[in-house]
Amino acid sequence: MTIDWAIVEMAIPLLAVGTVMTLKIASLAALFGLTGGIGLGLVSLGGWTWARWLVRAYVDFVRGTPLLIQIFIVFFGLPLMGFRLGEFWAGVIALSINCAAYVAEIVRGTVGSVEKGQTEAAKSIGMTQGTILLHILLPQSIRPMVPALTNDVITLLKNTSLLSVISVYELTRSGQAVIASHFAPLEIFALLAIYYYAIISVLSWVSRVIERRLPAW
Amino acid sequence: MTNGTRSDVAPPVPVGPLLSVQGLRKSYGDREILKGISFDVIAGQTLVLIGPSGSGKTTVLRCLNYLEVPDAGTIELAGEPIGGAYVGEPAHWTPLPEVRLALQRRKFGFVFQRFNLFPHLTALQNVAIGPRKVLGLSRPAAEARAAEQLARVSLEDHLHKRPSQLSGGQQQRVAIARALAMEPRMILFDEPTSALDPELVHEVLDVMGTLAREGMTMIVVTHEMGFARRAADRLIFMADGRIVEEGAPEAVFSAPREEKTQRFLAHILNR
Repeated sequence: MTIDWAIVEMAIPLLAVGTVMTLKIASLAALFGLTGGIGLGLVSLGGWTWARWLVRAYVDFVRGTPLLIQIFIVFFGLPLMGFRLGEFWAGVIALSINCAAYVAEIVRGTVGSVEKGQTEAAKSIGMTQGTILLHILLPQSIRPMVPALTNDVITLLKNTSLLSVISVYELTRSGQAVIASHFAPLEIFALLAIYYYAIISVLSWVSRVIERRLPAW
Repeated sequence: MTNGTRSDVAPPVPVGPLLSVQGLRKSYGDREILKGISFDVIAGQTLVLIGPSGSGKTTVLRCLNYLEVPDAGTIELAGEPIGGAYVGEPAHWTPLPEVRLALQRRKFGFVFQRFNLFPHLTALQNVAIGPRKVLGLSRPAAEARAAEQLARVSLEDHLHKRPSQLSGGQQQRVAIARALAMEPRMILFDEPTSALDPELVHEVLDVMGTLAREGMTMIVVTHEMGFARRAADRLIFMADGRIVEEGAPEAVFSAPREEKTQRFLAHILNR
């Protein structure tokens, strides 16, 4: 077996174009997924009963169905509802919805595991549920949340590859295009793996820095 | 009659006890922890609750500010029923919503055995957060009040330390300042020195003794019999979810009437 280095050399800049798209989608979906997920997590901890129930149902649906199916539902469903946003936004929305559900669970779990005495002390000075969540429990949960949230962002980044099925020209899709025209699947898939690995290594490093920087007490 | 506006009329002087507890009951599953507890606390006095572990002392305190919801009985603070209200015709007991309950809770200060300070906040912020987020004071006003209360417990040199940088005794004094900053009607102390190293106990007891002398109304659950003797106006001995004996501390200590009290005191004083 020989590696066709010419194709590798030719593919490197082509894949860089896809990488930019992958990063764009992943950052947008991470932004929406994290903020949405934190919001949903707080609702499931301290919201009205019916709101908690809705969040439960949402998390249950997202966890109980494959992401690929969710992507198709958003991609084909949005136009039926009158939104013609194109495959880019369909992809961002599908991934955000997916990510938010997992983040909501992390927030619920981490905030919920802060020692019970903290809530009692806050109650004893007359704080209400919302204030306790926001000013006492959430600040104490951020640091322990970082590793789990990093995991989710990494998963999200890898999941962008699924958007190739709705013809978003992201990293994987751009690789497939090269394969289609030059038929060098091994070289290109290996190269794709290296690209993803590099991006995720940077992410893990950033996460460790954030974790170190956050105050411990 | 010329300028007889209503505001000229002095508010009625409250009569009767500040706190009145009647028939308090609480069970966890099949286990009945409180089997009908009744007592009064007069404004400005210190009531000390003693008794063996598991006698229900802590549960009494936790029921008073509704950290635990009692199964039966009434609690009245300055005539206002705690945790619910009688509404409708015929009147029936309706639990208060969480927001109203929070308004009542802040009338009781609570000092926990394990301090329960907020670890992410400095001593000053621990004390200021209540006035700020609950009473709605501005940040400078809340911090000024917090600094004042921390000075009262002799911690003016430790305002900007986090709980993890303070000794147990200092942490508990921050917790007392945190309760004081809410200007409560009374403070409930739940074994405030039980988690402390022996050499740190006195600094917390000193603060509590000073508060008692200054006229703060307090209920103290403790195993510190010396403190009970010195600071209590009244003493209640509890066992198995009931009040066994109560009276002036000197009387209970020197001449306990009930056998259970005698045995408990003999045991704890001869350690």
